[in-house]
Amino acid sequence: MTPHLEYLLRIGDSVLILGQRLSEWCGHAPVLEEDIALANVALDLIGQSRLVLTHAGAVEGAGRDEDQLAFLRTEEQFRNVTLVELPNGDFGRTVLRSFLFCAFLRELWTALAASSDEDLAAIAAKSVKETRYHVQHSGEWAIRLGDGTEESHQRMQRALEELWPYTAELFAPTAVDDMVSAAGVGVAWAGLRTAWETVVRPVLEEATLEVPTGSAFLSRGKLGVHSEHMGHLLTEMQYLQRTYPGATW
Amino acid sequence: MDRKEWPLWEVFIRSRNGLDHKHCGSLHAPDERLALQNARDVYTRRQEGVSIWVVRTDHIVASDPDAKPELFDPAADKIYRHPTFFKLPKDVDHM
Repeated sequence: MTPHLEYLLRIGDSVLILGQRLSEWCGHAPVLEEDIALANVALDLIGQSRLVLTHAGAVEGAGRDEDQLAFLRTEEQFRNVTLVELPNGDFGRTVLRSFLFCAFLRELWTALAASSDEDLAAIAAKSVKETRYHVQHSGEWAIRLGDGTEESHQRMQRALEELWPYTAELFAPTAVDDMVSAAGVGVAWAGLRTAWETVVRPVLEEATLEVPTGSAFLSRGKLGVHSEHMGHLLTEMQYLQRTYPGATW
Repeated sequence: MDRKEWPLWEVFIRSRNGLDHKHCGSLHAPDERLALQNARDVYTRRQEGVSIWVVRTDHIVASDPDAKPELFDPAADKIYRHPTFFKLPKDVDHM
């Protein structure tokens, strides 16, 4: 796999898997308004993944389209970060995960609008507008639930302690990052950390949440090494194409 | 458990620049910023608007539907309140 393709899959798979996770809320959110809001965000993310995976298929040049990449790859062929495949948990944990990831994604799309890969630059320019809203939506909730009742605060603090270690992976340097940034195709994700923290920490502080201190834990989803949750997620997501190959509607 | 319901908000959407905000529905939200967010998510999914107002429903002062006879019926036979009631001089009659 070329670094270019690998880099595109990291992005396309991450937004796809988070979109899949958020879509699990459809019909189950605590109120009608949030049910629609979460479904909106999920569809935005899946829309972004369609564009990136279609482009990735073209870059690969093996004739694979978005559906084949999404529905016919195996677990270890997925390049999403582990953070997005973790189970939703409660509503608070769901919006907190969205906030942590989408704040990163917003920095990434912003930077990629200047990519020398013109298709990727166009996708980034379109997507950053959607992602700006996702950050706002999830951030407002993180603040209200973190700085809410005693129970909501406790749940959010616990969620942050569980999710925070997985954010290290977003910024862990890899050879792929070095190669695509040298080629002008992408930016090294490690370089986005300062901007991300500048956005994330004040919101968590306003939410009265305590950011855990660093640990040595490093997840490796973007290298294809996933958590035990990924297989179950794919089983559900890929069921239709696996059972009825080539089905369309 | 004590369940506190979120307050109700009325949503007004301006569909295009230059037009008025029009009432389009209501929703529940815990505060004004989330009311605006929810209005965006619930009522502008299909490019319905370029601007949103939200107002707490209990901040709207409404007329009493039972007071219709004294409030509105008396206007029915006051045709002289319409400008078309008055005959204008011939030279300006096409206004």
